Order: sequence, then C-alpha cells, then structure tokens
Amino acid sequence: MSIKKFFRRFSFDSLASSLISLLLSFVIGGLLIWAIGTNPFQAYYLIGVGAVGTMKNLANTLASSIPLIFAGLAVAVSSKAGLLNLGVEGQLYMGAMAATLCGLYLPATNRFILLIAIMIASMLGGMLWALIPGVLKAKFGTHEVIVAIMLNYVAELFTTYLIIVPFREHGSTVNQTAEIPKAARLSKLFPRTQLTTAFILAVIVAIIVWFLLRRTTLGFKISAVGGNRDAARAGGINPTAYVIIAMLISGAIASFAGTTEVVGKYFRFRENFSPGFGFTGLAVAVLARNNPFGVIATSILFGGLSTGCLYMSRITGISGHMSNVIQSIIILLVSAPRLFEIIKGSRKRT
Amino acid sequence: MDVIIDFISLVLKLAVPLTLAALAGTLSERSGVINIGLEGTMLMGAFFAAVGAGLSGNPWVGVLFALLIGVMMGLLHAFFCLTLHGHQVVIGVAVNLFATGITPLLTRLVWNREGASDTLPSIAAVSVPLLKDIPVIGKLFTNQPPFVFITLFIFIVLFIFMKRTKYGLRLRMIGDHPTGAQTQGINVKKYKYFAVMVSGSIAALGGAYLSIAHSNVFVLNMVAGRGFMGMAANIFGGWTIGGSALASLFFAAVQSTRYYLIGSPIPDQFVLMIPYVATLIILTAFSRNSRSPEGLGKI
Repeated sequence: MSIKKFFRRFSFDSLASSLISLLLSFVIGGLLIWAIGTNPFQAYYLIGVGAVGTMKNLANTLASSIPLIFAGLAVAVSSKAGLLNLGVEGQLYMGAMAATLCGLYLPATNRFILLIAIMIASMLGGMLWALIPGVLKAKFGTHEVIVAIMLNYVAELFTTYLIIVPFREHGSTVNQTAEIPKAARLSKLFPRTQLTTAFILAVIVAIIVWFLLRRTTLGFKISAVGGNRDAARAGGINPTAYVIIAMLISGAIASFAGTTEVVGKYFRFRENFSPGFGFTGLAVAVLARNNPFGVIATSILFGGLSTGCLYMSRITGISGHMSNVIQSIIILLVSAPRLFEIIKGSRKRT
Repeated sequence: MDVIIDFISLVLKLAVPLTLAALAGTLSERSGVINIGLEGTMLMGAFFAAVGAGLSGNPWVGVLFALLIGVMMGLLHAFFCLTLHGHQVVIGVAVNLFATGITPLLTRLVWNREGASDTLPSIAAVSVPLLKDIPVIGKLFTNQPPFVFITLFIFIVLFIFMKRTKYGLRLRMIGDHPTGAQTQGINVKKYKYFAVMVSGSIAALGGAYLSIAHSNVFVLNMVAGRGFMGMAANIFGGWTIGGSALASLFFAAVQSTRYYLIGSPIPDQFVLMIPYVATLIILTAFSRNSRSPEGLGKI
C-alpha cells in the first residue's frame, strides 16, 4: 500500500470537518477565557509557548502525548468492534500495577528481558481488567458502559490499597511504592525532559494497530462485527468472540498508558497518577475518527494543550483545568456530524 | 428499635442523590436518550448550588441555581444528541469532562482556590409537624433534610406522570418506537427535549443536595460516581420510576454499611469499594431479565 493510496482513502471531508470543528472549539474556548476576564489572545499565546515554545517544551508536549496515544488507540480498537471501552482508566491502573511489581521484584540482571517481562505483565493486567466487561456483556448482557465505569473505581481503590498496605515504600509519607531499579526504566530521548523511548513504542503500537485493523483477517472480522453484528453472524463470524478479542487487545494497549508513566516518568506507582487518561483517550479517538495515525496527531495536540495550559495557569491565574474544558468542547463539536452538514448546507444556500 | 430507625434514616439520607440521579436517568432513557452526562450534570448542580448559596447567603437560592444549570445542561445534551445527531454516550462523556474541567476553573474564580469552596450556608433539617409526634416512626420525620421530602414528591409526580397521563404514555411510546409515535402526529423531538431537560434539572438537584444539604462545602469531584450509580439503579430497576426508586434505596442500604464498618479491621479502600462492587454484582445478576427501551440510543 502506497502513501498515495493511504491519502486517497483518507476522506478529505472528514479531515476538513475535524479541522473546522477544532477551530470552532478554540473560538468557543477563547470566548470562555474572555468571559472570565483574561485576554484570550494572550492566553492562547501562552498556551502555544508552553506547548512548543522551546525544544524542552516541545519534548514535554510529546512526552505528555504518550499516555494519550495508548489510551486513544485502546478506545479506537474497541470502537471498531462496536463497543466503547470506557474502562481504559481501570485497565491502565491494573496494568501499571502489574508492571511495577515486576520491576520491583524480578531480578534486574538482563535489562532487555526485564523490560519485556514488564510489558507482558502490564498487558496481562490490562487484559484481565478488560475481560470482565467483555465477558459480562457476552454472557449476561450487562450494560458494558456502567460496568467499565464501576471497574475504574474498583481498580483505583484496589491499587491504592496495594500501595498503602503491602507494597508501600518504607518510611515514605506519600502513598507510593519504592523506586524501580535503573534497569527497569526506559531511556530518555532528550536529556532533562520526560520524553522517553515510550514515544517510539507508542508510534510502533499505532502502526501495528493500523496494520491489524486494515490488513489482517482478524482486523477485518473485528470491523465486520462492529459494522453490522447480524450481517457478521450471517457471514459465519462469531460476534461475541470477536468483541471479546477486541476488548482484550484494547485492554493490553490501555495498560501501556499507565505502564509507560511508571517506567518512563515516575519510576514508581504513585497514588492516582492518572488525571483521567481514559476519558481523554475517548476524546482522542473520537477526534481522530478511530484512525491510528490520527490518534497520534490528536494526542500530540491534546498533550500540547495540557502542557500549554499548565504553563498558562502559572502566569495568568486561569486554572490548568482549562485544557479539560477545551477538550470537552472539541469532543462535542467533533462528534456532532450534523454540525458540519449545517455549515456546508448554509454555504451552499448563500 | 432505635437502631432500625437510625438505619432507615441514614439510608434515606444516602438515597437522596442516588434516587434523583436514577429518576433523571429513567426519564431520559424512557424517551430514548442515553444520558451518561448525569454525573457531570450533578457536579454542575453541586457547584452552582454552592455559588447561589454562597453569594446570596440563602441556600434555597442555590437550589434555584442548580435547577437552572440542570435545565441548561439538559438542553446542551439534547441539542448535541437530537439536533446535531451526536453519539449519545460520547456526548455524555464530553458533558462529564466539561463539568470536571469548568468547576475547578470557576471555583478558583469565585473562591480564589481550587480544591474546595468556602463554608456555605446549608439547608437546615426540618421536622414534620404532627407526624413527628407518632411514637417510634415519628423519628423518621424529625430532623430530616427537606430534600428527603422533595425527592419523595418528585418521585410521586414522575410516577403519576409516567403511568397516569397521556403525556407519560406518549413518552414511553417514543422511547420504544419513535417512528411509530411520529406517524401518530406526536412531536417526538419536543418530547425528547423536554424529558432530557427535566432529567438534567432533577440530576442537578441531586448535586445540590451534596453541596448545600448533605454537607456545607463544594469539593472538587464530590459527586464521585453517584450519577453513574444512579444510571445503574435505573437499569436494575428495569427502566421504571418505581423500580429506580427501590433500586436506589437498595444501593443506599449497601452504601450505609460503610458507616457501620468504620473502625473495623477491613482496610478503608475495600470499604469504599462496596458500592461499586455491589453495583457490578447486582447489574450482572439482574440485567438478563430487564429490558431496555427499544429505541434507546437511536436518533
């Protein structure tokens, strides 16, 4: 498949509508900033500086996009099967916990083997937690959205218990595990920033996901189940099995969103370290329309938004939570297909 | 006997936000609109109730603020789902994300710090005249937050509306067969808008209870999944008003065990887990028999 074919496949209309929705979201965000008494141009300028102003800021933007790429890919894979994985948050906690324990207790003799073991443990943790809503949905018809959300709370509380009681660092006043050994850490791509080789891993996983969904029978069957479950069944595909497989893949990818934070950033499991990566992942997948490469681009945008907003909040006094607000407006506008039709329609009429 | 009465009293207090969320969920979903955004709507309700109460000094102004923001959040959800044809779960998630982002932003603006509001004037508990003098059960009508009675009132109104009015019948029909209703000349969209907006205001009322009645301070993310649990109660209750209310009472009873386990050797985290795990188990055990509105999630 050539690059040309890839771009032909990528519908111009959907790209244009995403970009227009994005622009509109920034305008509405700007109006909000203006309404609370700050100059929106200054605010956006500061967000821009904070996000890409220096090489260091740019590296940190890329670094903060890493968990979002994994979370976004996880949601994208499940969406292809017609299921919305809202349990990414819980899956990333469980995966990260399994990975941390591996890093802490496995012998650190061979760095390569240790890192592989950590990754496998992470995937198993995430898959286990993703299996629950998948199986409950398949066997009992339980509402997967509510189940996943409840499991998020359970995973958060369970991992908190683990770092407070059995695996707490000795003498620490904060709820966290001890540091994992040097051998278990990812190396930095750019000194004195948080950008690690995890970014490369994220890009590789995105390519794998793209290949899996577009170029393999498994991916085709998953998409068929997501497209029309009855038609897939008539075509001899067992929808339940493929929904569960998609959830397992999704959970494995989701776990990396947490694990790369542990082995690349904190070097330990900290209490509640995820600021809601799971739900941001949903936003990322929606904006990218489940395209794996779109997920990378969107994650970098959202990563920049959050590092930029943090920088802005230090100077202007607007809360760094502004990034959540802008993100939510982006989801609203991007996931409303009629909006673009209305804009297009009115242009034709005039 | 006093132990039982105290238990019922505690359950009623815990049931208020869950019941309101569940009723809001039922109303919206019976019209065919999935409303995951209830969680965020409750948070907005809690925040704006705090603003109203804090600025005016009168907590009832806070309740009014909450009702208004609830209607607006409902309108937002309905507009994006029904007019712009967005994916209803995704729109709901966006509403939640918006609420978790905008409330700390505004908290900082109003109270100059991010984690919580100042102490707020809260709604005092009331005793019902006459009823409070009944021996034993009179205690249930003594020093209760007025929200318990407001919730009961909303429950009765919704129950009658759904079961005994032609508008309720039409709403239920719309939830199951929107096109069928349309051919009958019913303005489907208008009913759905109405249901989602009223649902928003009921959920926001549940949020207001948390910030200005159950406590006297707005804390970040204080809803803590109660909106989602309300939705679960709605499913457990089989998408009916009566079922939702009963399911909420049951969930509240499960939650109340937390207060009896204080000081026990069970670690805090596991005690805090109880409502979530209970929701999971109950949903799994009962969802086979429950039937959702047929037109749910469809535009």
